[in-house]
Amino acid sequence: MIRYLSRRLVYYVILAFIATSLTYFLASATFDPRAQYSQRNPAPPVSVVDAKLDHIGVNDKTPILVRYGHWVGDLAHGDLGQTIRDTSVNQEFWPRLGVSLRLLLAGSIVGILLGVLVGVWNAVRQYKLSDRVTAVLSFILISTPVFLTAVFLKIGATQLNSTLGFQLISFTGEATPNLQGGLAAIAGDRFVHLLLPTISIALGSIAIYSRYQRATMLDVLQADYIRTARAKGLRQRPAILKHGLRTALIPMTTLFAYGFLGVLTGATFTEKIFGWNGLGAWFIDSVNANDVNSVVAYTLFSAFVVLFAGFLSDVLNAILDPRVRTQS
Amino acid sequence: MTLTDSSTSRAAGGDVPLLEVSGLTVGFPTPDGVVEAVRGIDFTLRRGEVLGIVGESGSGKSVTSTAILGLLPPTARIGGSIRLDGTELVGADDRSMSAIRGKRISMVFQDPLSAFTPVYTVGQQIAETVRIHRGSSKEEARARAIELLEIVGIPDAPRRVDSFPHEFSGGMRQRAMIAMAIANDPDVILADEPTTALDVTIQAQVIAVLRKAQQEAGAALVFVSHDLGVIAGFADRIAVMYAGRIVETATAEDLFTKPRMPYTVGLIGALPRLDQRSGQPLVPIPGTPPSLLNLPTGCPFAARCPLVTDECRSSEPPLAQAEGVLGGHLAACHHSDELARTGADPDEVFDLPELEAGALDGVPRDERETVLHVDGLVKTFPLRRGAVFKRTVGQVWAVDGVDLDIREGETLGLVGESGSGKSTTLHEIMDLRRPEQGSIQVLGTDLGAGQLDGATVRRLRSTVSMVFQDPMASLDPRQPVSDIIAEPLLAAGTPAGDVARRVPALMKMVGLDSSAASRFPHEFSGGQRQRISIARALAASPRLVVLDEPVSALDVSIQAGVLNLLRELKAKLGLSYLFVSHDLSVIRHVADRVSVMYLGRTVETGAVDEVFEHPLHPYTQALLSAVPVPDPARERAREHILLPGDPPNPTEKQVGCRFRGRCPVFAMLGAAEKERCATEVPLALPHGRDGQDHTAACHFPQEKQLV
Ligand code: SF4
Ligand code: SF4
Repeated sequence: MIRYLSRRLVYYVILAFIATSLTYFLASATFDPRAQYSQRNPAPPVSVVDAKLDHIGVNDKTPILVRYGHWVGDLAHGDLGQTIRDTSVNQEFWPRLGVSLRLLLAGSIVGILLGVLVGVWNAVRQYKLSDRVTAVLSFILISTPVFLTAVFLKIGATQLNSTLGFQLISFTGEATPNLQGGLAAIAGDRFVHLLLPTISIALGSIAIYSRYQRATMLDVLQADYIRTARAKGLRQRPAILKHGLRTALIPMTTLFAYGFLGVLTGATFTEKIFGWNGLGAWFIDSVNANDVNSVVAYTLFSAFVVLFAGFLSDVLNAILDPRVRTQS
Repeated sequence: MTLTDSSTSRAAGGDVPLLEVSGLTVGFPTPDGVVEAVRGIDFTLRRGEVLGIVGESGSGKSVTSTAILGLLPPTARIGGSIRLDGTELVGADDRSMSAIRGKRISMVFQDPLSAFTPVYTVGQQIAETVRIHRGSSKEEARARAIELLEIVGIPDAPRRVDSFPHEFSGGMRQRAMIAMAIANDPDVILADEPTTALDVTIQAQVIAVLRKAQQEAGAALVFVSHDLGVIAGFADRIAVMYAGRIVETATAEDLFTKPRMPYTVGLIGALPRLDQRSGQPLVPIPGTPPSLLNLPTGCPFAARCPLVTDECRSSEPPLAQAEGVLGGHLAACHHSDELARTGADPDEVFDLPELEAGALDGVPRDERETVLHVDGLVKTFPLRRGAVFKRTVGQVWAVDGVDLDIREGETLGLVGESGSGKSTTLHEIMDLRRPEQGSIQVLGTDLGAGQLDGATVRRLRSTVSMVFQDPMASLDPRQPVSDIIAEPLLAAGTPAGDVARRVPALMKMVGLDSSAASRFPHEFSGGQRQRISIARALAASPRLVVLDEPVSALDVSIQAGVLNLLRELKAKLGLSYLFVSHDLSVIRHVADRVSVMYLGRTVETGAVDEVFEHPLHPYTQALLSAVPVPDPARERAREHILLPGDPPNPTEKQVGCRFRGRCPVFAMLGAAEKERCATEVPLALPHGRDGQDHTAACHFPQEKQLV
């Protein structure tokens, strides 16, 4: 089991490296970092620009393989290089990662938990009114882009605030700047700021997950072993929860893992709309600035998230399914 | 209904019925109307009694057992009464039913792999049954699970208790299922086709365990099966179901010797028997069971019954005491007195088809042309492991020494349990390629002799054709029947005009109406579909037809018709068959010669009557003794050899005899003789009686009479 997982891990790391290297070549070939400097007014002398680009490691006059070699060398020391503005990528990256995770994690977790719950509930009450209503709602939510949901939520919150006459829900940034007060006040403030982004992310996830969970659960409800569990004398609910849900979750693990990716991609919008300074926003800015190293760093990060998601789904799978565990 | 003979009230409780079912009806509403799956069933069950319920698919037998457990889907409409010790179960709420399920009434299901939750260990699942009803601690429940696994004969139970269901073999899973069923010493055990998916030697083990468990728990057993033969040996009483009703019920002996309802008579006659010489046609019951949706008035068997009169078509006969039999022998037939008068011989009640004599019947074997000759065939598969990078870690010896010889106009029955390499052998033959080792000759053409040219391969392809087990899976659902049958003809380049003439002729030959040519496979019944497959196989006028379990998906009454057809076609067209089946009774009935395989090797070969009556190899003997004979008195008197364990995995090239791990003869041998079995591969040598072409691959063959 451990060997199985560690073999998977090594395999994933190699894949991540290949994906990132490809991005490096692609970005280096298509971006024009020189323009970032030479188009300044007044244009700096070529030698100055060259020196700057050399320092950052993106000078197009250096052969690409040499640049790549330097980049790999730095990477081996955990150094992601310099941004186009000659600041450390590492320093830009980590704080933003924190911001993104704070924004996305709560929504994803709520999305998974409620998605499973709603899915099971729908499956058990198949074709009842609740099942039909949830189905319609889910399809509406699935076909609504995140930014639209977010905008609607913002409008709703604004109305609520104005009806109440005070700012109950805040939705710009992570926290109120220069807030005075104790720990409780700060925590409350953060919570209030997190509310809308979390809901907007969770809604989409709940919609998708509940549909899948409903389907896997319906399969399982027909299974012979549920009948066996009932024949032993288990009541309906424990039979379904104990014998059905665990099995129905197995195929969901892959979906959860990769679903988080979807959330991450969607984060670009969510961050912009709610004014959080996260990775998604940074990525867009970096592409606009022809910033090779930042874009590559972001790709490296996404590759790791993809692979980590894959790894996580393997681990979850192995935990939930003994057939996987004993297989090798 | 009451039981008047008291032969079965041997356990405590005397005459008080334990389970009393009366007027039970179950209907399933569908958009087209209500499917009346069970239409009024009455029976009583006493403590310790074994009741066999027999019926074909759709007869309502499984619905009945599910209804007793109260596990029908909520949409089902249930009427009548089911009483356990006087307590009404129909309409009881889920809480009180849950208290009864698994404690007073328990169930053994058909497919033990899907009946266990894959994510919990076998021990956890058995322990759960104990804990639900006894509130025991985890440790106590686990100890009880181990004890139960020991009762059902799982070796090394303290360790195996932590295995997951997929780590058990089919037979072991079914034992574990039985362990779970007896966990709380139930009063009633319902077993729904508990051995249907299992090989015969494993079936025999499981039935023995079920009997033992039932006796140990002092429970009554309801054994539901489609197979009259399996039930014959150990049921006290048998109830035959047809179209949602019990049509006849009697003690096992009485039912077999004095059936009083034409359907039962037909069922008995339709069963191929292990203990009867081949040569007789089987009793085919014409037609198919009626649809339970909008059933016409009158006797539901009327459309298929040879004794039908106008009375039958206008009123449905009640289940009533039959004539000339023991009290309690009930039959639902207007003319059961007629059966009492004539003696109810299936061959006379039903129209027995005349079997034409084949043109080759008198010709001795040696003078017939050899159609297929296989010698020392070997086929290995690489054994791969690894999740991402597969690597070969060994070899599976799927076939390792198979010899076959089929002459013109002859049927060779190929017998073996799952994993014996039957399917691989067929594959190798149908592939028409050079075998890995050994030789295959089709009508004198050696497949090993260099590259065969295209014309030869094409000629061989039309010489050998195949019929598969599952007709639904082997017929393209989007093609009309005429196209399906025409396919081999077109492949052989037959002109369109000839094809158009041949197809209706072929359909007629297999007993199908040629006006149905434009219909699609799903519009036919299972038996008809198999007839379509046969017509397709015969299209290109083959010499040899390979039949892979051709009747095992069919109900007995339908199976008989298909088997008769195959014999008729063989005689008419001078065909040879390679007939693969796990069912030895079928083989005895259709085959001229038989070849028995174990773990990739041919272990015994000979004329079918000779092998069945004078088996030499210990494995053949065990197989034969495991097949139940549909005759209660005989079945109880027979010797049964129970093989221990399951066949091993063929992942090693075996030295010595592959059967020795389970061989009862080996177990009794002296050290020097054991050594010989362990080191020297037994060759197929003639060990049989004088003048018999009968070989067995065993160092110590000893004839035994078992059927
Ligand atoms: S009642 Fe008539 S149709 Fe029905 S089984 Fe008896 S004889 Fe046949
Ligand atoms: S060779 Fe030995 S082990 Fe094999 S079947 Fe014969 S007696 Fe049994």
